[in-house]
Amino acid sequence: MKLLETGNHLIALAANVAGVEVVPAYPITPQTQIIEMVADLIARGDMDAEYIPVESEHSACAALVSASLTGARAFSATSAHGLAYMHEMLHYSAGIRVPVVMANVNRALGPGWNIWCDHQDSISQRDTGWLQVYVASHQEAVDTVIQAYRITEDHSVLLPLMLNLDAFVLSHTYMDADMPSREEVSKYLPPYRPLWKLDPKKPVTHGSVVYPVDFSETRESMQIGQDNARRVAARAAEEFREMFGRWHGAMVDGYLLDDAEFLIVAMGSLAAESRVAVDALRSEGKAAGLLRVRFFRPFPIDELRELCAGRQGLMVIDRDFSYGMEGALFTEVKGALYGYADPPAANLIVGIGGRDVTYELIADHAKRAMAGELAEVTWGDSHVTRAHEITREVLREFEDLMD
Amino acid sequence: MVSFKDLPEEELFLAGSTACQGCPSSLALRIAFKALGSNTILIVVASCTSVLQGSYPLSAIDLPLMNVAFATGGASASGVVAGIKALAKRGELEEEPTVLVWAGDGGTYDIGIQSLSGAAERGTDFIYVCYNNEMYSNTGTQRSGATPLGAWTTTTPGGKAQHRKDIAQIMIAHRIPYVATVSLAYPLDFYQKMQKAKSIKGTKYIEMLAPCPPGWKFPSSQMIEVSRMAVQSGMWLLYEHEDGETRFTGATKRMIEGKVKKKPVKDYLEIQGRFRQILASPEGQEAEDMLESEVSESIRRLQGWVPEYI
Repeated sequence: MKLLETGNHLIALAANVAGVEVVPAYPITPQTQIIEMVADLIARGDMDAEYIPVESEHSACAALVSASLTGARAFSATSAHGLAYMHEMLHYSAGIRVPVVMANVNRALGPGWNIWCDHQDSISQRDTGWLQVYVASHQEAVDTVIQAYRITEDHSVLLPLMLNLDAFVLSHTYMDADMPSREEVSKYLPPYRPLWKLDPKKPVTHGSVVYPVDFSETRESMQIGQDNARRVAARAAEEFREMFGRWHGAMVDGYLLDDAEFLIVAMGSLAAESRVAVDALRSEGKAAGLLRVRFFRPFPIDELRELCAGRQGLMVIDRDFSYGMEGALFTEVKGALYGYADPPAANLIVGIGGRDVTYELIADHAKRAMAGELAEVTWGDSHVTRAHEITREVLREFEDLMD
Repeated sequence: MVSFKDLPEEELFLAGSTACQGCPSSLALRIAFKALGSNTILIVVASCTSVLQGSYPLSAIDLPLMNVAFATGGASASGVVAGIKALAKRGELEEEPTVLVWAGDGGTYDIGIQSLSGAAERGTDFIYVCYNNEMYSNTGTQRSGATPLGAWTTTTPGGKAQHRKDIAQIMIAHRIPYVATVSLAYPLDFYQKMQKAKSIKGTKYIEMLAPCPPGWKFPSSQMIEVSRMAVQSGMWLLYEHEDGETRFTGATKRMIEGKVKKKPVKDYLEIQGRFRQILASPEGQEAEDMLESEVSESIRRLQGWVPEYI
């Protein structure tokens, strides 16, 4: 069924057709529409699920885990500070191996308080053991919710999945999208069959004390789950294409890659904007292409090694920053390529805290990168003089107060 | 009246636990499991009980059990209860299991109070048991919000300067259907209160004073004695709150009715090591008097619930 809806509402509707049974959630801008829609669907009798109005995100994630461990298909949604508040429970949920799915509407972390888009929230949760997908369109958001349970519930994976969508750019804009029916989805996504659960007929202790003699093995098994997710995600995407005729890429998605001499590497809606930038560069006769990183965890190591080899240059766009270093995606891309491919690479930091990013800005920086004129790390839409001015103004005011 | 002969023989708390000698939590688990039976899902909040059940791949608890993060007892129960509803809708459950949360005073009074409060406000259908040893015993006896005035802990080396919280009253203020306090010196009372809690829908809160031999510094053979003295001195009051009404029960009821004489708080303080320092100090008498006043104030406050709620 074709719908014209916001990205947030589409996520909620997709969770419903995916047969979600429990939704614990706590509201935070810009995620609120997702959980309002879930509550509304349940109240109208259009969704057969339990909504748990928890009192915090930490509790949302705790209830998400325990509902899943009881044997139910569970879903939640959050953003920014909510995700940060869940941090302990993100580690917990991956450690106890529950196949839950959570939408994270990517938003900046304060202070200064800012409800707009960047990827600092989810990038900061890189090492929790969650699978991380970044979507670039409304339709991809819908289809990824459905694919997500195929991936997480696979007994060779059993790790939680975070579906990241850009605040406002995707969450609050209206776009048309095709919403499959519950019946159609159930042919693609079988009911959840847990490998283990809280079952009085088969009592098992979950989350017990593990001494050093066994601990490394539990952690390596998480990495084995992440590695297995590569194959499982690719199969889930391919079978989805066979059944529904739509394709958003598997671990990565590409645009005009075959003959590209220069690649832009990006995630989320900036990758969609970069596609327009690639068209603009091509119209000027520049052989640019786009490599969209769809899965940030597991990281598409093999795809990057294969697709970046032999190119004349890369520009990696980050909507986040690892302070004291560089953009996080840039570090990951270079790490994957080390010893395999060595194209000159530059890092463009843009769109932090929701600053608007145009395709012209991306194309201009790409041209400078192609000419070898872009610094290794460039804050493409920040102005360093203004940054220093703000620092000086604050210091001056503080000194005045002290006097 | 239930007698010991009526208790089921089935042991769900198995031999081979790694608890300290005289551990109140392990004895309490044994009784609680007998009261609730095997169709129970247990959630253990980070505490000594996470450790005493044994370590991977062994477990001394023969129930489906989830060891959860410190601040998540209430929320974890809400998730399990919602999961049970989902399974029941699918027709996969013959009988819905009882959900039991087992937490210490740290996981209840302090870091876990928000999660517990949230679950109680949502009316989650579960039993929450706080085994209150009045300190963070698992990490080596640091102070908690439940530590009484004057008590030594590793983080109150001169004795705690503040009164303990009254969390059972905080739970009563949530208007949940059942709140009760229990003591291991009166195991049948505990057993019956657990059975009653199982029969009631909604959030049930049961709190047990759990004297910790190494933490409170008394011989492990004296755990029941110390438990009994806590009740007899009024430092631990037995009651239940149901249908908007508070009733003193058992030994506390007999004491309030004047059938047995209340023992001085001092008798309780002197049979354990954690008050030795304050009692020997110039502030010793003052601390003792303050604790005696705390007891009478608690009794008055509990009696005060009755007219207010009728």
